[in-house]
Amino acid sequence: MESELVSGNEALGYGAITAGCKYYFGYPITPQNEVPEFMSREMPKAGGIFVQAESEVAAINMIYGAACAGKRALITSSSTGISLMQEGISALAAAQLPCVVVNVMREGPGGGGIGPSQLDYLQATKGGGHGGYIKMVLAPSTVQEIFDLMQTSFYLADKYRLVILMLTDAILGQMLEPIEMKRIPEGDLPPKDWATTGHKNQREPRMIPILLKGYTPINYFQAYQDEAAELNSLLQKEELRFEETTTEDAEYLLVAYGSTARIARSAIEQARGEGIKVGMMRPITLFPFPYQRTKELVSAAGKTLVVEASGGQMIEDVRLAAEGQGDISFYGKVGTVFTPIDIYDEIVKLAS
Amino acid sequence: MEAAAKTKVFGKPDTLTGVPYYYCPGCGHSLIHRLVCEVIDEFGMAGDTVAIFGVGCSCVSYPFFNLDWIYTLHGRAPAVATGFKRSMPDTLVFTYQGDGDLGSIGIAEIIHAAHRGEKFTTIFVNNANYGMTGGQMAPTTLEGQITTTTPEGRDPAHCGSPLKISEMLATIDGAKYVARQSVHDYKSLVATRKSIKKAFEVQLAGEGFSIVEILSQCPTNWKIEPVDSCAWIEENMMPVFPLGILKDESGG
Ligand SMILES: Cc1ncc(C[n+]2csc(CCOP(=O)(O)OP(=O)(O)O)c2C)c(N)n1
Repeated sequence: MESELVSGNEALGYGAITAGCKYYFGYPITPQNEVPEFMSREMPKAGGIFVQAESEVAAINMIYGAACAGKRALITSSSTGISLMQEGISALAAAQLPCVVVNVMREGPGGGGIGPSQLDYLQATKGGGHGGYIKMVLAPSTVQEIFDLMQTSFYLADKYRLVILMLTDAILGQMLEPIEMKRIPEGDLPPKDWATTGHKNQREPRMIPILLKGYTPINYFQAYQDEAAELNSLLQKEELRFEETTTEDAEYLLVAYGSTARIARSAIEQARGEGIKVGMMRPITLFPFPYQRTKELVSAAGKTLVVEASGGQMIEDVRLAAEGQGDISFYGKVGTVFTPIDIYDEIVKLAS
Repeated sequence: MEAAAKTKVFGKPDTLTGVPYYYCPGCGHSLIHRLVCEVIDEFGMAGDTVAIFGVGCSCVSYPFFNLDWIYTLHGRAPAVATGFKRSMPDTLVFTYQGDGDLGSIGIAEIIHAAHRGEKFTTIFVNNANYGMTGGQMAPTTLEGQITTTTPEGRDPAHCGSPLKISEMLATIDGAKYVARQSVHDYKSLVATRKSIKKAFEVQLAGEGFSIVEILSQCPTNWKIEPVDSCAWIEENMMPVFPLGILKDESGG
């Protein structure tokens, strides 16, 4: 198969269309404007629908509408826009509506800046919106992986009736890489026998959210929490994804995800070249987080360094994983992009 | 009497389940539900209709309808309807929203749904207050009207005058049919039914956005008897919110 040079943001679009997504609703925001622009051009060709919403608040609710019809729908935005969507994401999760949301993270709280960062990890993985729901969070680190994981995301969304949030950032979004656009085969999926598509006088009317599937409004939210807990353990068992780099004999362990992990890989190669036994754990599913494997690696390594383009957010999950074991420290930077040298220097410090 | 001689003179539309309403006595919602269902019956479209409800007193209305039914966030029903109808163009879709839901928190969504000419219909229930949360001021609350957040009466100098939302929507090109009706007497019920039918026809013809605002009784929060609430609409609401067809560009 021939490869094509595309940006991370375009790969989101290609991946979605390849996965059979026919509905995209979005609102412009840097650094993800390439996605709505791509979709306005490509969706009609694919027989799909693109609508530029009046706001992120409206856009996420448009997704809710398409998801009620049982359709595959995508929405992308960046940090401040994702904050505006939190009520909608919570509603999608409450109604167990499958959909895919992408946060191409930019910098800082409030309006923030347009540079890259990984400052939305906690918002992404620990709720974001109100009410104690869960969703899956995936973090690719190359353009190819964006394309592939986008397809996987739609499959997982339908499989578990979940909101899937993909976290990329300004670096990954703007970066050009050659990719192969292969369709990833999907496993069997349950029928969407909950979609409110009109009862055609052939079945009972349906409602979304299915508040009353055997529950009363009194015990519904307890039942929802119980189901969320069950699903959480199922995801921990079935859907963990992570990548290890030279961890077999690692005396020093890096933990990093997304674009940071990619930069860290170069630093690791350089350090390995100089005989420093360093390896890396790169979680791909940030929720469910690979707690068990992280614990094993952190315990086996003498020292662990968590590297993030933030003031330290994923480190909370790494500490949770380690359960008090190991020696865990943090290196982070926001505002300028890490260079491999930055991370290499930190590895050397760790090893000395 | 022989069975063959019996003629039905009054019944409930099939689109209504017949589950007893749990609205307050004298509330206009139940009348409006019925009129909507009568029109759906007339079109024979219950199997192809999807109801999208906003947040307000009517957001717990799912047991009343023989329809697929979607609950949305406060104010966002027009966005949900946009996503739904765009992906299911052959369904009859209506949103059902109160004056707080549509006129305050969801004003952007309704304006832009009209602006894009979305092909669904909005049933907009104006009862001049926030019913569900206990009778606070809505954008449509009348000057001088006492609500739980305007204890001295709505003072325009402090919080504006009633917002004429349908008039505003009628200025938008994508809105093809805009009407304001009421359910306070028999004549108004007939006119409302006619407007709902017209609005659905505009949708089914793919002409654009259609909306029927309906002035509706809320005796509980107006703190008057149900009977008096009908006169209250006529005396207090209709001078500010005159009934009629504000715009009809159907068949154009
Ligand atoms: C985001 C959000 N804010 C506030 C509320 C609380 N709330 C529920 S119903 C309602 C007002 C509804 O009033 P209206 O739309 O006029 O409908 P009515 O109850 O009068 O039929 C409010 C403010 C909510 N559910 N969600």
